[in-house]
Amino acid sequence: MDVDDDVLIDSEAPVDRDRRAELMLGALVCVVVGLVLAMFVFVLHEGWPSFAHNGWHWFGAGGDVDNQINAIYTSGENAAHAVYTFHAWPLIWSTILIVGGAVVIAFVCSLFVAVFIVEFAPGWMRAMLEPVVRLLAMVPSVVYGLLGVLVLVPFINNDLISEQSKASVTPIVTLDGYSLLAAVVILAVMIAPLMIAIFVNGLRAVPRGWLEGSLALGVNPWRTVWKVGVRTARPALVAGTVLATARGIGEAVMLSMVSGSVGFAPNLSDGIVFVFEPSRPLAATIIDNIDALTSPPMRHTLYAIGAVLLFSAAMLSLAGWAAKQPMRRYGVVA
Amino acid sequence: MNMTDALATAPLPPAPRRNASSASWRLTDRLGLAFAWFLGVLFCVITAGLVLYLFVQGIRYLRPSMLVTNPTAGFNENQTGGFFDPLLDTVVIAVMSMAIAVPVGIAIAVWLSEFGRPAALARVVESTIEMLAGTPSILLALFGTLLFEAPWLGFLSRTSGHVVFGRSFFGAAAMLSLLALPLVVSSVRTGLQAIPSHVREASYAVGKTKTTTTRRVLLPAARPSVLTGSMLGLGRVIGDTAIVLLLLGNTPTNDPSGSLPILSFLRGTGSTLTSYVFYNAPTGDGDQPGKAYAAAFVLLLMMLALNVGVDIVGRRGRELRWNS
Repeated sequence: MDVDDDVLIDSEAPVDRDRRAELMLGALVCVVVGLVLAMFVFVLHEGWPSFAHNGWHWFGAGGDVDNQINAIYTSGENAAHAVYTFHAWPLIWSTILIVGGAVVIAFVCSLFVAVFIVEFAPGWMRAMLEPVVRLLAMVPSVVYGLLGVLVLVPFINNDLISEQSKASVTPIVTLDGYSLLAAVVILAVMIAPLMIAIFVNGLRAVPRGWLEGSLALGVNPWRTVWKVGVRTARPALVAGTVLATARGIGEAVMLSMVSGSVGFAPNLSDGIVFVFEPSRPLAATIIDNIDALTSPPMRHTLYAIGAVLLFSAAMLSLAGWAAKQPMRRYGVVA
Repeated sequence: MNMTDALATAPLPPAPRRNASSASWRLTDRLGLAFAWFLGVLFCVITAGLVLYLFVQGIRYLRPSMLVTNPTAGFNENQTGGFFDPLLDTVVIAVMSMAIAVPVGIAIAVWLSEFGRPAALARVVESTIEMLAGTPSILLALFGTLLFEAPWLGFLSRTSGHVVFGRSFFGAAAMLSLLALPLVVSSVRTGLQAIPSHVREASYAVGKTKTTTTRRVLLPAARPSVLTGSMLGLGRVIGDTAIVLLLLGNTPTNDPSGSLPILSFLRGTGSTLTSYVFYNAPTGDGDQPGKAYAAAFVLLLMMLALNVGVDIVGRRGRELRWNS
C-alpha cells in the first residue's frame, strides 16, 4: 500500500497536501473537543429539573435520603405528580469523608514511596517497585471491590468491630463490615499509584545541581531531598493530589460494593465507631440506581448527581493541569 | 494523568549512589528512611498478596469448561455455568474501542505536537484532553446513555416503535474509546516530542512534506510510545465497569437485535468480564463468589500480560535513544 506520495514527483503542490492534512486533523480535534463540551451541556441539561426544584437545598441536609430516592422513583409512574425533593448532604458527606480520608493516607504514603523510588531505593528495589505500582494502577476497580467485599469487609466485621460497638449504634444503623474504613483503605490503594507516578516525575525533574549543592554543604541526603527536592517539586505534589482526588470522587463501582450503600451520614460524635459506619457516596448512588433510569424524575435526579460529579472532577483536573505548568520550567512534561 | 505512562516511558537516570551510610544521620532522619523502606516493601507485599490470593482463588474455582460455557440461571456454583459470552464480549469491546481510540488518539497527538495552530485552540485541546482524563467513567456512561438514546442514532441499538433502547456494543465501545483516548494521546505526544527537531529538519531538507515526514519518519520512530499508550488504554477499557453496566445492557448472555449476522450481534446487548464480576459479587444480584473469583482471575491475567507488554516495549524504547 505504501508506494505513493513521497516516491518521486507529486501531482499536486506539497504545501496543499500539508494544508489539507492540517485541516483534517484540526477538524477531528474540534469534534473531540465538541463532544466533551456536549457532555457538559447534555448532563447538566438532563439534571436541571432536579436542581430547579430544590435550589440550594439540593446540597443541604434534611430527611432520609433513601426515602427521598424511593419517593422520586415511584412518582415516575405518574407524570403529573412527579416528586423531586432531594437533599443530597448524606451522600456528599460520605464522598467527602471517603475521598478525603483516602487522599490523606495516599498522599503520605505516596510521598515517601516516591522519594524512596527516586533517591534511596537500590536498583533491584526500584526495578520491582515500578511494575508493582503500574500493576496496582491497572487492576480493575471491580476486582478491588470484589476483594474488599470478600476479604476486607468480613475481616473488619469479625475482628475489628466489637459487639459492644455494634450495640452502641443499633437503633440507628447496622454495622456489618461495609464501612468507611474499608472504602478508605481500598480507595487509598487505588489512587496511590496515580500519585506516586506524578510525584516521581516531579522529583526526577528537580535539577541535579540543586541537590548536589545542598549535599556539598554537608546536609545529609535525607534532609536534602525533603528540603530541596520535595520543595521544588511542590507543583507536582499539588497536581498529583488534585488528580487523585478527581479519580476518587468519580470512583463508583468499587465504592458501591464496599461502602455499604446506605444513605446514612456517618456521625463524628459516635467516636471511633464512626469509621465502621456504612454510607454511600455520590458516584455509587448512580451505579446503585441504574435500573431506575426509566423513571423520569429519578433520571433527572441521577443526572443532577452526575453533573455535580462532572463539574467537581473537571475543575479538579483543570486545577491539576494548571498546577503542573510551573514544572515545565525544569523541562518536564508530566 | 499519564501516571502509568510516565512510569512506562521515562528513562531511568542512573541511580545516585551516595556513600549511603545513614549511620551518622539524626535519629529522626533514620526513622524517616526506615519508614520509606517500610512503605516501599508494603506496596510490594500488597501487590504480591493481591496477585497470589487471586491466583489461589482462581486456580481453585476456574475450570476450563467455564471458558466455553455460557452463564445460566441457577442456585449454586454448579448450575450457573461459565463465562464464554462475557469473555467474548470483552474481546469484541476491546477491539472495537481500540479501533476508535488509537487512530483518533494518534491524530490528536500529531496535531498537538506537529501543527498546534492556532495556539489558543491548542491550549483548549490540551486542557480538554486533561479534563477527559479526569472525567469519571460513570459520567461517560451517563452521557453515552443520553447520546445513544437519540432517535437519529437508533440504528445502532435496539428500537421498539419510536423508543430507542440505546444499549449496544456500538455505544459502549464509543464511550470506552473516550476513556482510552487521553492515555493514547499523552503517550504518543510524549513520544513525538522526544524526537529532536533535527530529525524533522533532515526530512524537510530532502524535500519531504510535513505529512510525509510525520507518516514516514516521526510515527515510526514513536512506535514504542504508540504501543505503550494503546496498551495502557486497553487496560482501562478492559477494566472499566460503569460504562459496560450502563451501555452494554448488562444482560448475562448476548442478546442480539435484528437478523443481520454480525450487525445484530453488535446492535444487541451483552456483558463483559468486569460486569460479570460485579454481578456475581456478594453485593450483586448473582452472588456466586466462586464465579466472580474465576472471572477476576482471568481479568488479572490480562492485566499482568499488558503490564509485561508495557515493560517490554518500554525497555525496547529505551534502546532507541536519539543522541542529541
